[in-house]
Amino acid sequence: MEKSKLTHSCKAVIIGGSAGSIEVLLKLLPALPETLTYALIIVLHRKHTAESALAELLTSKSRLIIHEVDDKEPLKTGKVYLAPADYHLLIEHSLVFSLDASEKINYSRPSLDVSFESAAEVFGPELVGILLSGANADGTAGLKAIKRAGGLIVVQKPETARVAYMPQQAIQEANVDYVLDIFELARLLNLLNN
Amino acid sequence: MIEEHDLDLLLNDLFELYGYDFTNYARASLKRRVQRILTLDKFPSFAELRYRLRSDEPFLKHFVEELTVNVTEMFRDPGFYKVLRQDVIDNLRAKPFIRIWHAGCSTGEEVYSMAILLKEANLLHKSLLYATDLNPTVLEKARRGFFSLSEMKQNSENYIASGGVQDFSSYYTAHYGQVKFDESLSEKMIFSTHNLVSDSSFNEFDLILCRNVLIYFDKALQERVLRLFYDSLAQLGFLALGTRETLRFSSVEPKFKQFSQEKIWRKVS
Ligand SMILES: C[S@@+](CC[C@H](N)C(=O)[O-])C[C@H]1O[C@@H](n2cnc3c(N)ncnc32)[C@H](O)[C@@H]1O
Repeated sequence: MEKSKLTHSCKAVIIGGSAGSIEVLLKLLPALPETLTYALIIVLHRKHTAESALAELLTSKSRLIIHEVDDKEPLKTGKVYLAPADYHLLIEHSLVFSLDASEKINYSRPSLDVSFESAAEVFGPELVGILLSGANADGTAGLKAIKRAGGLIVVQKPETARVAYMPQQAIQEANVDYVLDIFELARLLNLLNN
Repeated sequence: MIEEHDLDLLLNDLFELYGYDFTNYARASLKRRVQRILTLDKFPSFAELRYRLRSDEPFLKHFVEELTVNVTEMFRDPGFYKVLRQDVIDNLRAKPFIRIWHAGCSTGEEVYSMAILLKEANLLHKSLLYATDLNPTVLEKARRGFFSLSEMKQNSENYIASGGVQDFSSYYTAHYGQVKFDESLSEKMIFSTHNLVSDSSFNEFDLILCRNVLIYFDKALQERVLRLFYDSLAQLGFLALGTRETLRFSSVEPKFKQFSQEKIWRKVS
């Protein structure tokens, strides 16, 4: 991972994960600086009942506040957003979030593909997509969309994931830019910060 | 994915030919809905879908039904219904007459849930529940009051989680995989089409529920609809939105006071 390749401007980073990804975030978030030069969007498959406790848990490990998104919430640089349980999270060109309670995609709501594709449309090359641990094929199509739009795509090194299937799937199907362990992911998130 | 420009043309057709105005629906989600119809109905191209819509009026009905999201359940978000049951309804008790509006009621599960709450609070006899939606097909289903028996397990769990203590199955009779809810619940319901984009206020209400409808609208349309609700509420009337919907980003916010974290507000000025 050379620094030179990361100098392109990054407006948003979107991280998607399923089983085994909360533990990764609990390690990544403390490594983030206090001021971010991009918006960080986190989309996780989660149990409906987990409710707002997750945002609080993540916040407790971070210098930033992790905010569970409400419909039409403005998307701002420097903020960290968490997709709420049981809604798809989409981004409008006007830089507000929209929620959608339609059918599950890949047995999931929120679906990582839905959010990744939507973010790719809005941010194009200025987006970085990161896929973490999970037992589902969700996320791969979304990463491809990010790549097509000129963005950077990164997956967690499968050997470091509690459930390797999701990152493995992406490595097989998408032309992934980087495959990184948790330490390297943390470094990436800092390098992207200008 | 569909091009913005194509989508604009299609929305324009829908409005000019049929009077349906979806131009202020939240774009990102609307685009996915149209994409989904293209895939499900196996249209070889976008032009073909557009042609079909222009030339085949019965297809329009199907299209509108698939475009809008109708998923619902009884006592959806039990925590919300718990607050309705424990706090909101008590505030309505003293009224000689209780008027409630369910805007975007879909197939009626929300309305039946409310009727059950009112019945258990011994208030149903002096209540009227206006239930409206844009889509006549879901309204017809709501009016008939038949629901699938297979949904009753989830509904009953929700009912209990919302603080219900009766035997949920005492509210309906089952036959052939379907259930019919008690007529005493539906007696006080009035179903009618009403389009939040274009129709105006039609009464004054003590409580308006509009849950999981505004998320499909853009900010400008939300603004219009929230004004409409403001104009349709009595002083100190309640407005209830979906779990992740909020007045926070709207200009009507100062006219309301949040009553509960469960996305319930009261009109205060
Ligand atoms: C997801 S359902 C919500 C049902 C119920 N309120 C709930 O929370 O479970 C959304 C409903 O909004 C209706 N709807 C969409 N656009 C509308 C409009 N412009 N005017 C009235 N209803 C609309 C749809 O037809 C659909 O039945």
